[in-house]
Amino acid sequence: MSALLSTRALSKSFAGLRAVHEVDFDLAPGEIRALIGPNGAGKTTFVSMLIGRIAPTSGTIEFDGRDITRLPAHARVALGMAYTFQITSVFARLDVAENVALAARRRLGRDRAAVARETEAALERVGLGQYGAALAGDLSYGHQRLLEVAMGLAQRPRLLILDEPTQGLADSEIAGFNALIRDLAAETTILLIEHNMDVVMELADRITVLNFGEVLAEGTPAEIHASAAVQTAYLGTGADA
Amino acid sequence: MDFGPHLLLAAIEGAVTAAVLALMAAGLSLVFGVMRVVNVAHGEFYMLGAVLAWVVASTLGAHPALGFVAALAIAPLIVGAVAAAADMTVLKRLDYDPERTIVATIGLLYILQQLTLMGYGPEARPVAPPFNQRLALPWVEWGDGGVQLYWPWGLSVTTYKLFVIGAAGAVLAGLWALMTRTRIGLVMRATQLDGEMALAFGIPVERVYAGVFGLGAALAALAGVLIVPIQQAHYLMGGDALLLSFIVVIIGGLGSLAGTVIAAILIGMSDGIISVFFSPTLAKIIATLLVAFVLVFRPQGLMGKPPR
Amino acid sequence: MSARVFALHGGLIAVLLALHFLLPVYHHGNFARVMVLACYAIGYNVLFGYTGLLSLGHAMFFAAGMYGMGLPLHYLGIGAELAFLAGLASAALLALVVGLLALRTVGVAFMIVTLMFSEAVYLTILLAGRWTRGDEGLVLARPERVFLGLDLSNPDIRYLVALGLFALCLVGTLWLVRQPSGRVLIAIRENEERAQLLGYDIFRHKLAAVVISGTISGAAGAAYGLMFGYVGASFAEVQYSIFPLLWVLLGGAGTIIGPFFGVLFMFYLIDLSSGLTSAYMLIAGVALVLLTLFAPQGLAGELRRRWVRWLP
Repeated sequence: MSALLSTRALSKSFAGLRAVHEVDFDLAPGEIRALIGPNGAGKTTFVSMLIGRIAPTSGTIEFDGRDITRLPAHARVALGMAYTFQITSVFARLDVAENVALAARRRLGRDRAAVARETEAALERVGLGQYGAALAGDLSYGHQRLLEVAMGLAQRPRLLILDEPTQGLADSEIAGFNALIRDLAAETTILLIEHNMDVVMELADRITVLNFGEVLAEGTPAEIHASAAVQTAYLGTGADA
Repeated sequence: MDFGPHLLLAAIEGAVTAAVLALMAAGLSLVFGVMRVVNVAHGEFYMLGAVLAWVVASTLGAHPALGFVAALAIAPLIVGAVAAAADMTVLKRLDYDPERTIVATIGLLYILQQLTLMGYGPEARPVAPPFNQRLALPWVEWGDGGVQLYWPWGLSVTTYKLFVIGAAGAVLAGLWALMTRTRIGLVMRATQLDGEMALAFGIPVERVYAGVFGLGAALAALAGVLIVPIQQAHYLMGGDALLLSFIVVIIGGLGSLAGTVIAAILIGMSDGIISVFFSPTLAKIIATLLVAFVLVFRPQGLMGKPPR
Repeated sequence: MSARVFALHGGLIAVLLALHFLLPVYHHGNFARVMVLACYAIGYNVLFGYTGLLSLGHAMFFAAGMYGMGLPLHYLGIGAELAFLAGLASAALLALVVGLLALRTVGVAFMIVTLMFSEAVYLTILLAGRWTRGDEGLVLARPERVFLGLDLSNPDIRYLVALGLFALCLVGTLWLVRQPSGRVLIAIRENEERAQLLGYDIFRHKLAAVVISGTISGAAGAAYGLMFGYVGASFAEVQYSIFPLLWVLLGGAGTIIGPFFGVLFMFYLIDLSSGLTSAYMLIAGVALVLLTLFAPQGLAGELRRRWVRWLP
């Protein structure tokens, strides 16, 4: 099976400092992949290069067999990649439904009825169905995270990149989130950057561990859990670091 | 007059322009560097300096030198105080948001300009220079017996113009020493690097900002006082001065004092030469387009280093 | 379009039509001017209020429309209809070029770049004084000002044509901001990076906004020249870049009806004060400072924030 997304020797340096170094990475269609690593391991830099927010210093990125290394972010999104921000980034002064509608409209265009259906469905799915008319900025933090996910869903992406989606969520909300992601896995490939090891172990099919900008290990949750290298580099610092 | 002496004359006139421009642009650059505020009203502070110089000199009515010295001391102080007050009543309340601050300084521009029109009137008025001896300048030529000095007709400079160049140089040196050698300068540079961190270290950031805005305006006013014996004071004189300062600050790299001074010398010196070849209007078109294109293609300034 | 939005904007147009029969001569003439200038403000608002880009150089688009119309009309005698289209084309082309360059910058740099380009256009008009007659300007003769058989020097016709243009701009922008691409402009204003990561080409949308805004401003400039028979360099001065900013800030940035009320208030404020003093721009300065300090949302913006959330 060919990979949906792959990188070869992907690197990024900031003023000579190696943030990401020669990462080879392959993501199979339909997979839930978790990307973990200690703070400063280069996770956010890595996904920022995937979606096109920053340009790599060297290396290539392929999506669905197509070289997208030089494509601007919006063109990558148009190819079927979606990204939710680590720091909540919604349109705070627009209402919740319009936030999601903006996400749906790029694909559905002028068909107002279809946009409205898609918006409602995405909001229902994350459990924000009753908040459509509220201003996004007035939602609680946890609900804003869910709104981010709904905006991702409404794009019907082939690859959904979630940057620390459970950060700041209450335990009760995390349970619901896990159910949502498992449900989503049937229709899209998911790349999850996550600190919460419980979430990672429960959701991920495979895990990639980054350390000092390089791939330290890759495997099933059980393999990673058993890996001595990962234990010392990462888990040794505390399971929920 | 031969080409050589002519060039020397143009260079001296250019140096006077450069000196005044450097003072004014240094004020603009200082305010942008420390506060990240683009002060569109900066030209009006220059105009106020010139107009106040006339007010002070004509009120005292004594010997020109006395009136001028009084103006040199009083006008920058008043203008600095007005600017500091504007900072505390307006800019501070906008949290120094860049776009809203510009809009507010445009408002300030019209307020200062129009109040001057109401109080001072639409006339252009001169101030007598404190001293104005004409010094003939020598030129060298190759004669039969080797190098000879001679005094070409018309090649001269007034003592006042030399004083302007010297005074601007001294003030700029003082400004540099203030920024690099004193506690006040250290406080300003700390505020420039990180306002919140400076606040955490007990630096009264609000007072620093008011002081910097006042100091920047005072520099413009000083430039206005210095220029008024050469040009006359007029309520619309701020516009062109603002444009030239913008050019200097943007070419020199925003917020860099050394770059500003070098650019001022460059622009001041070439100003005279350009207007020999082009009409003043065409020269201004070139200047405005230059600013626009530098900002579009080289936002760090012609002399600044590219980021990263 | 919901009924109340339709009622509000249709109502404004109906009131202005009724005023045509009610206003005394002096105010009748003023309102014609206000409506044309409101088109300029509406054009400015597309870029500033809806896309979030603050230009300090819109006078260049107003002037491009005015001179693009006036010069060929005066010298080539091409007729008011063609001349008006030439004005629109000049403004659109200028906006395209300026947009391509200035949109490489953001924030304060964008403001200064637009200011400088506009100043260059103003100075170019002065430089070409042989044709433009500089500050003195060109006076368009009465026979030149017949547009589609309508004699624009007749005050009654002028008022109705101004109302027609105003209605067109009002309804056109109302339609625009309810379009999917208009919604994207608002999204860019609110959060540019998020809009890009929803897959929208930010640069292309911003460029389109600059061109639409510049073209509407140019239409206002061309119409102003035709209706009042005068084409002068003073309309390209910095002041005429500051005015639309002031009008839109006062009326309410990012609202459809705001610009009209901004122009109306400011017009009468300056009209009253210029009777008292030659320093009437003082009013503009004070208004700018007070608005940025106390009412950054403007009249219609405050209205929307407090009571009428559906106001487009």
